[in-house]
Amino acid sequence: MTKTSLLSKFYLALVFIFLYAPMVVMMVFSFNGTESTYVFEGFSLQWYEKLFHDKVTMDALKNTVVLAVISATIATVLGTLAAVGINSMRNKHIKSSVMTVTNIPMMNPEIVTGISMMLLFVFAGVMFNKRDVLGFWTILIAHVTFQLPYVILSVLPKLRQSDNRIYEAAQDLGCPPVQAFFKVVFPAILPGIISGAIMAFTLSLDDFIISYFTNGPDFQTLPIHIFSMTKKRVKPDMYALSTLIFVAMFVLLVLMNVAQARSDKKQRAKKGDK
Amino acid sequence: MKKSSFLQKVLNAPYMLWSVLFIVAPLIMVAYYAFTDADGNFTLNNIMQIGDYTTTFILSISYGAVATVICLLIAYPFAYALAQTKASFQRVATMLVMLPMWMSFLIRTYSWITILGESGVINRFLGIFGIEPLKMLNTGGAVILGMVYNFLPFMILPLYTALSKMDNSLVEAAQDLGCNKFYCLRKVIFPLSVPGIASGVTMVFVPCVSTFYITQKLGGGQITLIGDVIEGQFQTAYNYNLGAALSLVLMVMILICLGVLNYFTDNDDDGGVLI
Repeated sequence: MTKTSLLSKFYLALVFIFLYAPMVVMMVFSFNGTESTYVFEGFSLQWYEKLFHDKVTMDALKNTVVLAVISATIATVLGTLAAVGINSMRNKHIKSSVMTVTNIPMMNPEIVTGISMMLLFVFAGVMFNKRDVLGFWTILIAHVTFQLPYVILSVLPKLRQSDNRIYEAAQDLGCPPVQAFFKVVFPAILPGIISGAIMAFTLSLDDFIISYFTNGPDFQTLPIHIFSMTKKRVKPDMYALSTLIFVAMFVLLVLMNVAQARSDKKQRAKKGDK
Repeated sequence: MKKSSFLQKVLNAPYMLWSVLFIVAPLIMVAYYAFTDADGNFTLNNIMQIGDYTTTFILSISYGAVATVICLLIAYPFAYALAQTKASFQRVATMLVMLPMWMSFLIRTYSWITILGESGVINRFLGIFGIEPLKMLNTGGAVILGMVYNFLPFMILPLYTALSKMDNSLVEAAQDLGCNKFYCLRKVIFPLSVPGIASGVTMVFVPCVSTFYITQKLGGGQITLIGDVIEGQFQTAYNYNLGAALSLVLMVMILICLGVLNYFTDNDDDGGVLI
């Protein structure tokens, strides 16, 4: 028993080393004293300093966050409404065809999703005789579209779990449908909505491929900026940027886990009381 | 009853409109561009030209398949071992598996150049022992490595979900009934993890087949997959019609692959395991 568990521990460690090796390398070289990403010569913080004074990068960072907040908000509202609507559908055929369409952006290769949207925008641009259609609005539409299925699929299971009879009971007792929804159904599905929103937000932050085909020259996101930077020889400032993103994501993830652990504990305590 | 169905329509309307406009219409656009020329006249030329790219398609599928199998071989024991550990460790470990997914995959791919390059970390280390630098970058192996590295978490997470949900008493029952370890794995554990395998394979295979960044950076232009060709048509050659035709074929091909996979694994129609 101890022998196998030692072996499996070793294997787990090995895979983690594989997953984190490039990131460790990246972090080390972000403190490099010279421009090289191959030879480490002396510790310095110059790349971090350069990064904060680089207006293009900072603008791209701002664009990315703005886009992620707006698109995730729209996708969460639209997706939650859609999930409620889909859940209450009686006709099986319509329901399954709606679900098929919903799944398309998840199943399709990202490059095809990106291209198909780009073609739509270009086509619309030709039709309305407008050049340079690609910009903030097109990238926003694209982001909302690819986030929607994730929101819907994280809200739907919660809706299925929630008891419809309580909602009906509320209405029988004279509660108007909309109010009954917000008092009864909404609290029950809130965890699904929140996890859908977080997923939508992080997907938007990190998306490169779909953005690459739907963005315009005047609205660059961080992944697009990074892409154009990696076309040339990369300097350690890109590594510094990634190190900062890594730290931010790490903190976010730890906070989420702590919150999750705490709510689990609370729930267990509640159960214990009964 | 009537009221609720009205409400339902109101709720559905925005999403229905959105999905018709931005999911269905774009796909129709792909087909439209694939069957027209630059002036918008009907033509089969683009589709005919696809024959020239047969080897690229085959190469892409082979690369995707190899990377997916390697991912599965690495991830299955990992997910299994992880599911056996303490709950607190599992929580931390899944978090650590997810963390790389949230970072720019461009930079993560790029930093492999620092590791594999001619004067990179590995070759410097080998140099200490007087070993000649190995050519690792700009090879097929590097591309496969990049694919496995980037998409491994997408294989681990659904597998882990399937294996950690598994009822351990089934394994114990099999062992009580005289089942040896290997047989138990084959007859009990493996069949129960099939849904996890199916969604893991889907989530790895699709992005691998259609990638273009990994081949550009780690393949150094030596290896051209279908994603590179399509990207080139849209971003440098500006031949949208041929690009659309290639995308259409890629889409159909992947749908066929997924259909075959679903046929063998008999998936639920719940849309697979989400992270």
